[in-house]
Amino acid sequence: MANENRTWFIKGLRDGIPISLGYLAVAFTLGIAAKNAGFTAFQAALASLTNNASAGQFAGFTLAAAGAGYLELAVMELIVNARYLLMSCALSQKLSPETSILHRLLVSAGVTDEIFGVSMSAPGKLNPFYTIGLLAIASPGWASGTYLGVLMGNLLPVNVVRALSVGLYGMFLAVIVPPARKSKVLAGVILISMAASFAFAKLPLISELSTGNRTILLTVLIAGGAAALFPVKEEENHGA
Amino acid sequence: MEHNVYLYILVMAAVTYAIRMLPLVLIRREITNPFIRSFLYYVPYVTLAVMTFPAILGETGSVWSAWAALITGIVLAWRGESLLKVSVCACLTVFVLELFLV
Repeated sequence: MANENRTWFIKGLRDGIPISLGYLAVAFTLGIAAKNAGFTAFQAALASLTNNASAGQFAGFTLAAAGAGYLELAVMELIVNARYLLMSCALSQKLSPETSILHRLLVSAGVTDEIFGVSMSAPGKLNPFYTIGLLAIASPGWASGTYLGVLMGNLLPVNVVRALSVGLYGMFLAVIVPPARKSKVLAGVILISMAASFAFAKLPLISELSTGNRTILLTVLIAGGAAALFPVKEEENHGA
Repeated sequence: MEHNVYLYILVMAAVTYAIRMLPLVLIRREITNPFIRSFLYYVPYVTLAVMTFPAILGETGSVWSAWAALITGIVLAWRGESLLKVSVCACLTVFVLELFLV
């Protein structure tokens, strides 16, 4: 068992490299936002290390700069990061019921969009050390990117930042596309999700909702609709 | 900033961690309800698809390089290439195309 944990941890470190590089680029821009909000490089990196949440941190820095109250900040974080609640619910079913509390507490720190996506794509039940490995390499990328962003502002050539910024989307595709090849329902669900997301981004009123809230709304509607129309048979349930 | 920066960071971290931790610690058994099981099965696919499109189109210097990266990613993922390869090739597509486009 210890050996298996080690293998999964190392696999996590390896699969986490593209996440870490993508984070480095995205966090660079986050660092610039933190600097504008009056955070030092150390404070911004500390926030990244303890939060691992892009939208949540952007929102937090903005509120902090405006001198918001602590309760106001807490409510904002709750709204911006609510999608992680859904992800953690899904992840709870991917863990073996025997997984210890300590391992659950460690995995919890790793529920980011990317680490969640990659963790869910592991075959069978999730070995917590896979997620911990992903987090162990991705989180330093996130924190050091933020640190460098505060210090160096716009030194990194803009075309490099742009190129790196699609890396995270490339990873999402690598997670959702292969299972869709085997299931027409899943392929349809993914296409509808993208089309609806496009519509929500363009429609009046709805497009005024934050990106995070649109994601939650669409996830509940589409995953709920799909679950009602195409309930998943047992054996498929372990594939995601 | 008139408030304490470290307290700000603490509040952000505590709320964000609680959201992630509570379901993982509280839901310790396998859910048997077929609807909820199916719902949770679809959640990652819907969420990641929604977050990818159309957001990717706004990330680069040109919509065309973003479309090219999207298509490159889908084709390579369809062929079962590794996470790293799909991700790096999407980045390279943007970098190379923007040498000409932007």
